[in-house]
Amino acid sequence: MGQQKNLEGYVGFASLPNQVYRKSVKRGFEFTLMVVGESGLGKSTLINSLFLTDLYSAEYPGPSNRIKKTVQVEQSKVLIKEGGVQLLLTIVDTPGFGDAVDNSNCWQPVIDHIDSKFEDYLNSESRVNRRQMPDSRIHCCLYFIAPSGHGLKPLDIEFMKRLHEKVNVIPLIAKADTLTPEECQQFKKQIMREIQEHKIKIYEFPETDDEEENRLVKKIKDKLPLAVVGSNTIIEVNGKRVRGRQYPWGVAEVENSDHCDFTILRDMLIRTHMQDLKDVTNNVHYENYRSRKLAAVTYNGVDNNKAKGQLSTKLETVDGMSPLAQMEEERREHVAKMKKMEMEMEQVFEMKVKEKVQKLKDSEAELQRRHEQMKKNLDAQHKELEDKRRVFEEERANWETHQRLQQQQMEATRTLEKNKKKGKIF
Amino acid sequence: FLALECERFSICNEEKRNLSLGGHVGFDSLPEQLVSKSVTQGFCFNILCVGETGIGKSTLMNTLFNTMFENEEASHYQNGVYLRPRTYDLQETNVRLKLTIVDTVGFGDQINKEDSYKPIVDYIDTQFENYLQEELKIKRSLFNYHDTRIHICLYFIAPTGHSLKSLDLVTMKKLDSKVNIIPIIAKADTISKSELHKFKIKIMSELVSNGVQIYQFPTDDETVSEINASMNAHLPFAVVGSVEEVKVGNKAVRARQYPWGVVQVENESHCDFVKLREMLIRVNMEDLREQTHARHYELYRRCKLEEMGFKDTDPDSEPFSLQETYEAKRKEFLGDLQRKEEEMRQMFVNKVKETEAELKDKERELHEKFEQLKRMHQEEKKKVEDKRGYLEEEMNAFNKRKAAAETLSLSQPVKKDKDKKK
Repeated sequence: MGQQKNLEGYVGFASLPNQVYRKSVKRGFEFTLMVVGESGLGKSTLINSLFLTDLYSAEYPGPSNRIKKTVQVEQSKVLIKEGGVQLLLTIVDTPGFGDAVDNSNCWQPVIDHIDSKFEDYLNSESRVNRRQMPDSRIHCCLYFIAPSGHGLKPLDIEFMKRLHEKVNVIPLIAKADTLTPEECQQFKKQIMREIQEHKIKIYEFPETDDEEENRLVKKIKDKLPLAVVGSNTIIEVNGKRVRGRQYPWGVAEVENSDHCDFTILRDMLIRTHMQDLKDVTNNVHYENYRSRKLAAVTYNGVDNNKAKGQLSTKLETVDGMSPLAQMEEERREHVAKMKKMEMEMEQVFEMKVKEKVQKLKDSEAELQRRHEQMKKNLDAQHKELEDKRRVFEEERANWETHQRLQQQQMEATRTLEKNKKKGKIF
Repeated sequence: FLALECERFSICNEEKRNLSLGGHVGFDSLPEQLVSKSVTQGFCFNILCVGETGIGKSTLMNTLFNTMFENEEASHYQNGVYLRPRTYDLQETNVRLKLTIVDTVGFGDQINKEDSYKPIVDYIDTQFENYLQEELKIKRSLFNYHDTRIHICLYFIAPTGHSLKSLDLVTMKKLDSKVNIIPIIAKADTISKSELHKFKIKIMSELVSNGVQIYQFPTDDETVSEINASMNAHLPFAVVGSVEEVKVGNKAVRARQYPWGVVQVENESHCDFVKLREMLIRVNMEDLREQTHARHYELYRRCKLEEMGFKDTDPDSEPFSLQETYEAKRKEFLGDLQRKEEEMRQMFVNKVKETEAELKDKERELHEKFEQLKRMHQEEKKKVEDKRGYLEEEMNAFNKRKAAAETLSLSQPVKKDKDKKK
């Protein structure tokens, strides 16, 4: 996307990593580690050994000592400092896990806890006013497998299957000092076989560009799952003070890579991959939770309105869109639909009006025509009458004239006769 | 912001124990782990240069980054201000930097500059908006999102020696809540030392009196607080840029050659270029990125969400659930659409009723008219009938007379003959 440019001299942005380093030290770090396993598998001892501190002590007993009737999820926070770096470490443990007679659903409180941490983060991320966003999400889950030497128990499989898509699962063989190296090898092979069979996705070490690192990663991969031993006591062996477990037949040293994989675990968990565990939690597990949660929302929203039979909204959430953008899209669709509807209604309306107006016009024309017709008739009658009258009056006038003439004549004759009689005329 | 960050360790209500370690655990490598990850990912930095055409923006960028970024000389005849972003991939040792330089073309050239700041604000907001949209997506990938948000705005002040132009004040005021601003005096080789001193004081006091918030180099981290504090006092930086080299002594340095002397870019007694480079790139680049994300972007996001009607519920009550708000918003929104639809239908129903009533009236009028005509016609007809009646009467009367006269003349002998004999 960008154009490659060569620098002709030192600019100085190579100091960016230092700036980042400086700021991160100032900010401090957080890490949340969850430990799950039946009681007595050495979880607390291992934690103490890992962090070289008495996280669990007489005052703050480990999960196996806090006997519970049902599975609890409890956490303890400790602040530790080393080399100027501050780490807020939260250990989440699950006393009661796997200890009941009926362990069905004993993983549910664990799942609920992980989800509730995701929910908290999602809520604080979604606030309008965002301030500090403490990250209490579970970054890693150490799952302790009892050193039976045979294979995974159904509970182990069930637990890992249910949690592998919610959290980084690192399975560990606990109390590895009860297995001989050969037994341990067999056990590991068997476990890995079963893990693959059940398609369980345990935490994977990322590949890097560095060849050296990749070789190390490969070495670790070959030793999975790591077999660990923990100890709270320091013993002197050959003049050295080491953490170990004293047996009549010798000392099992925690940090001796011939004895167990503790150092590999420690190096991987704390010294090299702690940041990656956080990143995978943030970029993969959390994002999965979030997208599932938000997708459910939009689906529910659609459901509500399908019942009302109104808008024909998309049923599936559009993957590439934020819910707000989706609403915007729907609004636009609706506006277009309304426009269309409006146009249609207008058309229908206009048509109906036209029809009616036309009918009215026709009606008017018809009435007009009839009226004209009647008028014509009447006029004709009128004319006829006039003619008749004229003729009659003429006739009468003539007759009357005739009668008058006759009368006059008669008058004249009578007068003559009268005069004769009188001897007036000779 | 930084104060709140430090509070992080004390915000949890739970008991938090401080424990001491019985040996080397190894988590002191955490900063290193973090750094190596970010180096693998590469870094991204976006610079916005605001200043009049010809003030030396491109030259300064070339000088800062020791490379020739391509640039056609801009003309003064642009219709408006437009922003031209260019992205480059740079590398120094193992550090990869995706650098975007955004130039404001045409700034200050128009006669009416009232709206000059708008394209700049719009560009900054658009980058925030793009990030926000990505952040709100259901399936998002923020960790490999190419961040285009502006991390720093270098505001180039013309070396008049007097004071800030009103365009400068207006523009910086519009930008100060959206981006980190470092004001610089450009072409500083045209101002003498004493003039420069007065000019800097004048500029700073004008910025203060107008409430313009410029970027302060952070002083909370002891490792860099001293140098940052002293640099803050040198603002605004008076810079000179040059990609040409001049031989001074037995070294070739970047400089501008005048008849009266050579202005050396990297000579701190000649100009503040070195200070700018130190602050901008070598010491505070990461802080600029952080401030952009934690302060300016958050402000934009907050305003945008509030505009859309989102609210945090009471902080004392249940924590705000985004899902519930989305759901509520959606219900409201769909209800709104439904209502609009209803309204439109209703409007049509009313329109239809109205028109029907109108047409009915017309119909009625028409009928009345014709009724009236009918009545008139009836009257006329009656008249004609009457006339006819009269005529018939008259005719009858006449005929009677005729008949009577006839009868009379028949009963009277006619004396006519007698008369005629005489």
